[in-house]
Amino acid sequence: MIHAWLTQHWHVFVFTLKRLVSTPVTSLLSIVVIGIAFSLPAGIYILMDNLRAISGQTAGSPQMSLYLKLNASESDVEKIRQRLQDNAQITRFQFISKSAALLQLQQSSGLMDVTSGLARNPLPDAFVVNTHDATAETLEQLQTSMQAWPEIEHVQFDAAWAKRLNALLEFGRTVVLMLAILLSTAIIAVMFNTIRLQILTKREEIEVSKLIGATNSFIQRPFLYFGAIQGLLGGMTALCIIALAIHTMNEELTEIAALYTLNLHLQHLSTSDNISLLFFSTWLGWLGARISVATHLWQIEPK
Amino acid sequence: MISFKNVSKQFPGGHSVLKNIDFTIAAGEMVFVTGHSGAGKSTLLKLIAAIERPTSGSISISGQNIAQLKPSTLPFLRRKIGFVFQDHKLLFDRSVFDNVLLPLQISGFDHKLVTGRVNAALDKVGLLKKSKAFPITLSGGERQRLCIARAVVHRPTILIADEPTGNLDAAYAKDIMDMFRSFHQVGVTILIATHDATLLEKNEHRILQLDQGQIAA
Ligand SMILES: Nc1ncnc2c1ncn2[C@@H]1O[C@H](COP(=O)(O)OP(=O)(O)O)[C@@H](O)[C@H]1O
Ligand SMILES: [Mg+2]
Repeated sequence: MIHAWLTQHWHVFVFTLKRLVSTPVTSLLSIVVIGIAFSLPAGIYILMDNLRAISGQTAGSPQMSLYLKLNASESDVEKIRQRLQDNAQITRFQFISKSAALLQLQQSSGLMDVTSGLARNPLPDAFVVNTHDATAETLEQLQTSMQAWPEIEHVQFDAAWAKRLNALLEFGRTVVLMLAILLSTAIIAVMFNTIRLQILTKREEIEVSKLIGATNSFIQRPFLYFGAIQGLLGGMTALCIIALAIHTMNEELTEIAALYTLNLHLQHLSTSDNISLLFFSTWLGWLGARISVATHLWQIEPK
Repeated sequence: MISFKNVSKQFPGGHSVLKNIDFTIAAGEMVFVTGHSGAGKSTLLKLIAAIERPTSGSISISGQNIAQLKPSTLPFLRRKIGFVFQDHKLLFDRSVFDNVLLPLQISGFDHKLVTGRVNAALDKVGLLKKSKAFPITLSGGERQRLCIARAVVHRPTILIADEPTGNLDAAYAKDIMDMFRSFHQVGVTILIATHDATLLEKNEHRILQLDQGQIAA
């Protein structure tokens, strides 16, 4: 039973592929249209992802400064070091002792005379902490939680910087979303029309099939397969376009990066992004075909 | 097997084509429907396969009331019936073989068995040698036989033929009638519409004569 069902679907699949190949120019054109439509939002998405990575690298990933209480002891410092090590959000941290801080201040500011006159060191011990995530919310959360530690006097970070980057990324996300919605609608419309034309040319076959006992799902199946397969191939085209674009940009970036001694290298879409995109494009093609079939098939009643 | 009770049919804006038709056809029976052109023979046959719906009255096929049939179960009624259409309704974009294959694909037949089935049906109507040909290259008689092969390939319990010998010369017509008799012999219920009086000479089967929308006694 299941075997018969599977072979039936397999035959429709093969039949659909043959039909795609039988009109190569038309098929290729709509696949390329779908591919381009997909590569735009997906391309911007991956560029933004890279922007986030690069900005973290160049501007220095978000840094926080933890100032300990002035009377903090060696063991307090040890406790905090331990907590920072255990925190998964923190990528690395550096301890700056009060004496090291004073030395640095003396050397950099030329205040040697003033500071050497002090009876005791007025600077606290401090940690400089780098975090994974650049979003303002996570940074603020981290700040509040560390502020609550008893040994800590004050936690400081550059919220404005994180917020600016965040706003930029948020804007990019909105653009990607809008483009994705618009172009998905376009893909559905393209598929709707493709299937409408196919139904027109298959009118006789549909009529005869209905007359000799074909169910609606039997009649729909080849059209739905057609939509899904074109969507899938369009999605693959989009992946190729994006991979090619990133490859080309990387070649140029390597030269620029060398001038600035930066490691500028665009990452490709992740495997899971690739798979999601293929699923989505397949689904969109299927949906366009589904709507078209629902609109047009019932109009064909045999006489 | 087939039973009409008080069935009338009127097309929108037209006169009554069929008026209060009553008849019953038993399983395995072979029956002719005759009447002049326009008498309503095709309409009557289409009512059986639910291609047309009656204006009033009830039709039942193997105990199933067609009027109460849900659209989703309609295909399964049609699979019990083999229909030889007056206008053939062959598909010209595919081979003779593929035309006969269609009913088996529709009813989800096991793919390993279909080739044998199709070839057997083509052999029965004498078209096995032309199985790769396209219908456009066939003569009128061959197309008629192809249509019969497609109607019987899935072994329906009811076979309906609308003017199966129309436009054919006498020798061909006799061949085709012999074919129907052989289906009748294996127990298929058969209903044939014809206006061809010569077909009914020396006929031992029941005849429903349509006249002015009613069955003449
Ligand atoms: N779809 C239709 N719409 C309107 N009138 C129809 C339709 N089909 C058949 N008729 C009319 O019904 C009558 C009977 O037609 P038909 O059943 O084809 O007769 P027959 O097959 O005996 O020649 C004719 O007058 C024909 O014009
Ligand atoms: Mg007729």
